[in-house]
Amino acid sequence: MKIRIKLYASLAEYLPADAVKNEADLEVNDGTTPTQVISRLGLPERMCHMVLVNGVYIAPDERLEKVLEEGDHLAIWPPVAGG
Amino acid sequence: MAWAKNILRVNLTEGTCKNEPLNMEWADKYLGQRGLATKYFVEEVDPKVDPLSPDNKLIMATGPLTGTCASTAGRYSVITKGALTGAIACSNSGGFFGNEMKNAGYDMIIFEGKAKSPVYLFIDNDDAKLVDAGDMWGTSVWDTEDAIKQKHQDPQIRVASIGVSGEKGVKYACVVNDYHRAAGRSGVGTVMGAKNLKAVAIRGTKGVGVKDAGRFFEAAAAGKAVLAGNAVTGEGLPAFGTQVLMNVINETGALPTRNHRDVQFDGAHSISAEAMAEPRESDGKPNLVRNSACFGCTIACGRISTIDRTHYTVAERPQYQIASGGLEYEAAWALGAATGVDDLDALTFANFICNEQGYDPISFGATVGAAMEMYEDGYITDKDTGGIELKFGSAKALTDIAELTGRGEGFGAEIGLGSKLLCEKYGHPELSMSVKGQEFPAYDSRGIQGMGLTYATSNRGACHLRSYTVASEVLGIPEKTDPLVSDGKAGLVKAFQDATAVFDSAGICVFTSFAWSLEDVAPQIDAACDGEWSVEKLLEVGERVWNLERNFNNAAGFTAADDKLPERLVKDAAKTGPAKGLTNQLDKMLPEYYQLRGWTPDGVPTNETLSRLGL
Repeated sequence: MKIRIKLYASLAEYLPADAVKNEADLEVNDGTTPTQVISRLGLPERMCHMVLVNGVYIAPDERLEKVLEEGDHLAIWPPVAGG
Repeated sequence: MAWAKNILRVNLTEGTCKNEPLNMEWADKYLGQRGLATKYFVEEVDPKVDPLSPDNKLIMATGPLTGTCASTAGRYSVITKGALTGAIACSNSGGFFGNEMKNAGYDMIIFEGKAKSPVYLFIDNDDAKLVDAGDMWGTSVWDTEDAIKQKHQDPQIRVASIGVSGEKGVKYACVVNDYHRAAGRSGVGTVMGAKNLKAVAIRGTKGVGVKDAGRFFEAAAAGKAVLAGNAVTGEGLPAFGTQVLMNVINETGALPTRNHRDVQFDGAHSISAEAMAEPRESDGKPNLVRNSACFGCTIACGRISTIDRTHYTVAERPQYQIASGGLEYEAAWALGAATGVDDLDALTFANFICNEQGYDPISFGATVGAAMEMYEDGYITDKDTGGIELKFGSAKALTDIAELTGRGEGFGAEIGLGSKLLCEKYGHPELSMSVKGQEFPAYDSRGIQGMGLTYATSNRGACHLRSYTVASEVLGIPEKTDPLVSDGKAGLVKAFQDATAVFDSAGICVFTSFAWSLEDVAPQIDAACDGEWSVEKLLEVGERVWNLERNFNNAAGFTAADDKLPERLVKDAAKTGPAKGLTNQLDKMLPEYYQLRGWTPDGVPTNETLSRLGL
């Protein structure tokens, strides 16, 4: 199935070459979790501070179990702030 | 120590400048800057005063740490009754002006009365005098700063001034220092303009003492180590600035779009930190030139930007083909998502104009967004706008209106009223996205529930800098809470409000709070300042300051009925994103908040609360 990944700030360097505006589609197996995507893309775990699926925050201990679905948007940021 | 223990009182009506000692009993209870200046203000000014009358006063105030080697310790604030709101106003700025003021030997400058003709205050350490500014009236912030430095033949003079918008009465005019740092909100520059005070120029070389130098250097170094080691203050903010939030908040479904009609903006990426770093087609260079730091800051979140030289706004105008203050998140949101404009160069140009002519990009952009909605709904016509087609998404309309507002001319003068008065004038007050007359910043409270209570109860009108619960609700600092629920948010808002009042009263930047708790701040204040300063005492100061401000607003005529959000946010549910179907639950949070504050159900501090805080 296909999901959309979005990597921002310093994580942008881990995006696939065909990414546009920090987004790319990724083919994954059924039952894939955020942790598996993070591992597959080689993202340093300590830099995956904010992990959102369809805009909803996934806590670190939920990233192992949350099962992604077709068309889900998985967005990840390192520690950032502003205001 | 730390305090200069000296105030300069400037009577503009009489043309006098007099020194007086700082009230150290008050300093022990209100610390400095926001807290201490507000204490002076409420003691001296009738709460019912017309903000633009000579009887209103305006105070420029440093904190005890301002000018020391603590990180970010270059802050100063402008305290007055706000022209935009009629509420207590306190706008905080970085840059280098605050440090210069403190090094000249002043904790505060209190301006009273009104000059007969335009003047600026010139301070060279102990020598303070009012100087004719007739030749500068009608010129921009940038030209005023250059003219003063040239006139006194000293490029190291630091200047805080108003632009033409402040002279012309734009309700949200700023006081701008160091070309592009601003005491930005609530119309503090408008009050300055009403006093015929064009600028304050300072050269200060006296130094700032501290109580225990050895202990202070250790505490300041420890604080800097915390900032450097923190991923947000040591890596994220210097590299990406506040603008990194654009995609975060959009993804979260809390990016107010087109005057809060929507909560997500399809053009968000085009105006984000990531877009600012992308090479452009014309010259291969990105919008972002480099980051920058204010005095003593070891974070350096500032943005220095250029506009594409082929862009319509600057192609024929080389004076804007410069590297200058770039977009911060709140400004980019207001100029962009709030208006539906996704042209990064147009936004950067509008931001340059806001700096050059000294007005608040948040209130400006939000007011343009409200005007665009009224234009599209037919309440405002081409006749009203002078022919400007004021449609959502029109970059040309945005930049044309920005220039008109900077000069206080044409339809720009109406945009200069702010959204509350503008929407009332055209018969649709419900379309003003504001609280107490001040426009919302960049977070939709349907998607971040705590921000609804933050805005509703902010003493200076809608503002994110009074209790930035976004840090907890979205960014997970210091602990993650769920942005979609209202439970627990009353306590969170109160805690943020009280702690923030301490940072704002100390002379340091609130951005340190992404890494520092008061446990990091207290040792620095305790080593620098007379007296003993614990975390508990600082929290009491914060709560005292909050109640002091609230009391002033209540006496000025505000009531619990003013602690409310526009109906759009509490009746019209978010249409997309995680908050789809949700409204803000202010009615659930507000009673609990009043109770936690020790206020009556009508939002009035009880005698017991006032007595406990020594008010």
